[in-house]
Amino acid sequence: MPYIQNTEKDQREMLDAIGVGSIADLFEPLPPTTRLGRALDLPEGLDENALREHLAELASKNRPLGSGPSFLGAGRTRHFIPVVVDQLAGRSEFLTAYTPYQPEASQGTLQAFFEFQTMIAQITGMEIANSSVYDGASALAEAALMSLSIQKVDRVLVSQGVHFEDRQTLATYLRNLDAELVEIPLRDGRTDREAASAALGDGASALCFQSPNFLGIVEDGAALTELAHEAKALSVASVHPVSLGVLQPPGEYDADIVVGDGQPLGCPPFLGGPSFGMFATRERFIRRLPGRIVGATVDGRGKPGYVLTFQTREQHIRREKATSNICTNNALMALRGAIYLAALGDLGFRAVAETCLVQAHAAADAIGAVSGFELLHPEQPFFCEFAMKTPRPASEVNRHLASRGIQGGFDLKRFDPGLESALLFAVTEVTSGTDVDRLVAALQEL
Amino acid sequence: MRPADLRYLESHEWVRLEDGIATIGITDYAVEHLNDLVFLDLPKVGDDITQGESFGEVESVKAVSELYSPVGGEVVEVNEPLQEDLDPLSKDPFGDGWMIKVKVSNPADMESLLDPTAYEKVLEKDA
Amino acid sequence: MHPDDRVLFEKSRPDLSAVQTPKPALPQNTSAHSIDQLLPTELRRHASIGLPGVGQLDLTRHYTRLSRKNFAISTTFYPLGSCTMKYNPAVNETVVTDPGLADIHPYQNEDDLQGALQLIFDLERYLSEISGLAHISLHPAAGAHGELTALMIIREHFRKQGDNERRTVLIPDSAHGTNPASCSLCGFKTVELKSNSEGLVDIDDLRLKIDSNPGGIAALMITNPNTLGLFERRIEEIAKLIHGAGGKVYMDGANLNALMGISRPGDFGVDIMHFNLHKTFSTPHGTGGPGAGPIGVTDELEPYLPIPRVVQEGERYRFEEERPHTIGRTRAYVGNFGVMARAYTYIRALGRDGVRRVGENAVLNANYLRVLLEKHLTVAHPRLCMHEFVLTARRLAKEHGIKATDIAKRLLDLGFHPPTIYFPLIVPEALMIEPTETESKATLDAFAGAFRQIMEEAVSNPDLLHQAPVTTPLTRLDEVRAVKQPELRWRP
Repeated sequence: MPYIQNTEKDQREMLDAIGVGSIADLFEPLPPTTRLGRALDLPEGLDENALREHLAELASKNRPLGSGPSFLGAGRTRHFIPVVVDQLAGRSEFLTAYTPYQPEASQGTLQAFFEFQTMIAQITGMEIANSSVYDGASALAEAALMSLSIQKVDRVLVSQGVHFEDRQTLATYLRNLDAELVEIPLRDGRTDREAASAALGDGASALCFQSPNFLGIVEDGAALTELAHEAKALSVASVHPVSLGVLQPPGEYDADIVVGDGQPLGCPPFLGGPSFGMFATRERFIRRLPGRIVGATVDGRGKPGYVLTFQTREQHIRREKATSNICTNNALMALRGAIYLAALGDLGFRAVAETCLVQAHAAADAIGAVSGFELLHPEQPFFCEFAMKTPRPASEVNRHLASRGIQGGFDLKRFDPGLESALLFAVTEVTSGTDVDRLVAALQEL
Repeated sequence: MRPADLRYLESHEWVRLEDGIATIGITDYAVEHLNDLVFLDLPKVGDDITQGESFGEVESVKAVSELYSPVGGEVVEVNEPLQEDLDPLSKDPFGDGWMIKVKVSNPADMESLLDPTAYEKVLEKDA
Repeated sequence: MHPDDRVLFEKSRPDLSAVQTPKPALPQNTSAHSIDQLLPTELRRHASIGLPGVGQLDLTRHYTRLSRKNFAISTTFYPLGSCTMKYNPAVNETVVTDPGLADIHPYQNEDDLQGALQLIFDLERYLSEISGLAHISLHPAAGAHGELTALMIIREHFRKQGDNERRTVLIPDSAHGTNPASCSLCGFKTVELKSNSEGLVDIDDLRLKIDSNPGGIAALMITNPNTLGLFERRIEEIAKLIHGAGGKVYMDGANLNALMGISRPGDFGVDIMHFNLHKTFSTPHGTGGPGAGPIGVTDELEPYLPIPRVVQEGERYRFEEERPHTIGRTRAYVGNFGVMARAYTYIRALGRDGVRRVGENAVLNANYLRVLLEKHLTVAHPRLCMHEFVLTARRLAKEHGIKATDIAKRLLDLGFHPPTIYFPLIVPEALMIEPTETESKATLDAFAGAFRQIMEEAVSNPDLLHQAPVTTPLTRLDEVRAVKQPELRWRP
């Protein structure tokens, strides 16, 4: 067993030092009835070579998105990941360190997260950001909880343009807190402002929306935020981070909390996790913020340094009154996000966003030229995803595409049972001309 | 020696009653033991508070302590500047470091509190 | 300060980028798409973003230099109590780079995900066998998230039973802070249980708290072994009392490492628990995650597990979403699959014997280190411990003014990451030490040597301890200033 370094001789000496005869004697504190008394029914251990072969075999039973053209998005989009992200975030001094509770032993982590917080604040246009939560869905739930504690109104509004898994997560979190969750329908693919306005009239702690929304459509964040503020509710925007290279940042339209899933920022899709949740807000809400926050300070000699700060908000100190129960989050993925953003810089980040935008529109034109395919909401602006009506049921279209080695779009029936024949296509900067050509050719065969 | 005209709680709050108005703060001992106070959360004027229950919180870097009210009643004044600058807490805990003033609803509340001698005994026990 | 230590933003030159991003490749067979035509101006970003611009070398140097300011398991003994800082096997990191595991999407057709679903299904079976609980969900993202998910299940169970007023959760005073915090998020009221002089749950206090909440006890949240590193000897009796009161026994599995292959929570009365894949199952802590906090439940609680579930039909695996009694989701998608794949790899490497040897050697190492260190400092409960133990520097603090934090900081100077300090809360000046099974005897001896040196210095040169650390990139940080003059982001 290469992971245990004690030899039999070591074990003997250690047992002698402890003053017990055998390893079994160490378990004397366990009453006999609590002991298993048999071997676990697990497979035999594998040597490293056999282990790698076994995992490679499991992996071969999956079909990676990159093995052919792929147009699947719906919350997880494929983006270019620079090699430096893997190289640097993979350094063992990041990989195998704990949460930076001892600041003198963790200045690397702390500075990296201070910079991360700044980058998230910059792209969202917000005053401050925390050092991340689990994912976009739990970030939205935390934002709703934060709005409840700030506003003291037990009612949250969420647009149906928000990813359905995020809405369901929100519902699960609110269910036990006697807070009402009200869904605001879409109209022409965007959050229905009249419905939002009416619901806000009955009081709400927050209006939560996603932009671009699940259908890929850019919401009028400014108008929704204004509606929320008129009704003294907070405006909570969930964003696709890459879109912020071309779209107006929510801070500019006065959103109160901005959340989103950080997967597009340097994280592989990984069947949906791990990624990280972004969380940005106003500085005056600092004491209501969930999760860890790094702050700058100085050391005993006046040299600049960093610490975890405002820790009294957190569970390890405030226990049942903490702003959240979050402890371990998805820090390494957030570090990937920071390295990704730093590697791209303004130039690269804007370029990626623009390429997504332009390529998605070019692909939409190409698909729309195929008979029977047309944009579901042709009049609405979109970023890198778009919903298309299909001439046959979407599942059938996807089956045909699969037979041509193409991963089709997301079948929108799952988002809205009324959308029997509609696919959500994702096109990003890694989509090639050949990918789209093959897609169009396959669609023409239908 | 701590002011003789005050009454205390075991949780180290003090109260001074004058003309039906109770002034409330925390003792020098509490300030010293809480170490490096950074934040104070107090109720608003008009809030009702109850004897023995929390009326606010005081935080150091790594601890939060509830503030318990020695008396019940309506908050009539809050030491706003103290929330901005906590220095008076350590420099003058029984004077400028006062926290809130309460219009006492039941003066008999005062009877259950510790007098200075009893409070000194509590401190001796703590040490 | 060395110029390379500056914040990245201070090194920025906005026209630099460390990588060349993909060029637009699509044949634009319609009119040339310009951004202005595609997005109305009021929806667009007009101001600059403000990300740092650096070249690839400077980027590499920046993060490499940062990484070297960290203590990590790969460089240093890291005996944080209750954190299980064991070796993170290299092979785990290699296998997850396979595109067949990394580049897969939760909404692909299940036919294209059979390997991933099989991995999830089998990992659930292994955790079930290790814990003695019949059903596992790998959905939660971390330990505290697992706790919350589990409490939601308990709440839902009682709600379905028409017993929605069971809202009291009993929690020992030695528990992790996440326990009460998770309760609040779930609408439960917490009642603290006292520990007895042995450091275990005080059964009389337990009876008292049960009796004073007739019909109100929803659950007990117990950590076993507890945070003092002690096995709750009377766990079966405790479970009976809770069950007798109609409540459920929840186990915080943070300390499962000690029990691996030796004792199973499901066999000693636990109804529901969480695991920490990033502790017990060797996945890296990554400066604070990603972790994974799977939960295990009995048959009775199975209907409430979060969605999606992974089920087997014949030879095929699929996601199951339609579950009438489920609590729903507590996050998006199936879970932290990248973390599951590492934990799966670990269990397959260990096999049945290896898993047991983890538990055995974790307890052996902890007891050996305890015996070495009790020559220098008081052990809070001086007897056989499980995977960890707690020292108290109370006397040292009183007699020499040396606190747990001073010992911790001095350990940094001597090349060791300190233990967890000031936890559990019931031990004054606590140092909580968990060596894990992967450390060698030589390392434990060296750590004990450092402790001996510090104890001598505490008497001969206490200032050395008060000023420590001096060998780290920075000395002690001013945490008061960080709160009083908050600087939470870089500003030009």
